[in-house]
Amino acid sequence: MIYYIAFILIGVGLYGIVSQKNLFKQLVSLTIIDTAVNIFIVSLGYLDGAEAPIYSYVTPVANFVDPLPQALVLTAIVIGVGILALASMLLIHINEEHGSVDVEEIRAAKEVIE
Amino acid sequence: MRRIWALLITAVFVYFLIGIYLPTLPEFGNIDMFRRVSFDYISKSTTREYQPVEFKHSKGLEEGSANVVTSIVVNYRSFDTLGEVTVLFTAALGVGILASIRKRRVEFEEHRVLSVATGIVFPLILLFGAYIFIHGHLTPGGGFPGGTVIALGVLLLMLAKNEFKVTDVAKYTEQIAGSGYVLVGLIGMAIAGVFLANFFPTGIVGELFSAGVVPIVYTLIGFKVGAELSSLVSELREGDRA
Repeated sequence: MIYYIAFILIGVGLYGIVSQKNLFKQLVSLTIIDTAVNIFIVSLGYLDGAEAPIYSYVTPVANFVDPLPQALVLTAIVIGVGILALASMLLIHINEEHGSVDVEEIRAAKEVIE
Repeated sequence: MRRIWALLITAVFVYFLIGIYLPTLPEFGNIDMFRRVSFDYISKSTTREYQPVEFKHSKGLEEGSANVVTSIVVNYRSFDTLGEVTVLFTAALGVGILASIRKRRVEFEEHRVLSVATGIVFPLILLFGAYIFIHGHLTPGGGFPGGTVIALGVLLLMLAKNEFKVTDVAKYTEQIAGSGYVLVGLIGMAIAGVFLANFFPTGIVGELFSAGVVPIVYTLIGFKVGAELSSLVSELREGDRA
């Protein structure tokens, strides 16, 4: 079932965020959670035997899955791209400032300076 | 130690999701469409009596696009999309401010095959992106995928030619397209009385000129997203641009 895939992906992303010390790996984990939530929202609108919600020659009358979650996920994907871009720009800055994106290396570098 | 904590926290969360949250959900693939608000969106009957919509037959509906997701994104919930475009603009602005702090430039090694092939492929990529956002109300796609395709073309140019730069034209395009979206909304308010209302007549479902204001808005969004993402990619590559 798709629900299980989404929940397990959320678990994978959460494990990555808590266990990793590299900030970039944490960002990738956050993106995995983002994708998992999108999968979950789309799967809430699925209907057995229904088609994609577009009127066409193949489906001239409505026998559609729920289009509203898909529209919301379209919004969520674009906002996810914005978050990813801004966060990676911040990571580039951290790397230029401290020479690393690893939390413990940054901490060690700060202690050396003090 | 850190990994054990991570495993524990993950196990608690996944147990909560699967053991407690999952039984409250509707069964997968077995939802009741008639009790959802989407039913009105699909039959395009939020303001009138229910009538079945048929491809290439129904005309003069309250909303004419064949792609129901597009009709929600650009017509019924257009205000959401305006907010979404604003969020993307804010993210691009933040990246621009952060990029201008320090001077930096990533150089690529130019490859002859890539640079010759880019010259041939780039116009076709632009054409494909424009096709996607103009036909957003008929086929899967729309302003956001179309703009992303255009930005990918710009990225290809950037990889192929080392001296290529995204100039200020991208910024002006983005500003004009963004204010054009708000302007369309204000015209809708002046004519139909509601912000972002559809003020053009709708045609037969499934034809190119059938969705009223939707292709105009999606073209503006396509230009805006394309310009925004290409300037974003170029700012990730080089800081402190003129």
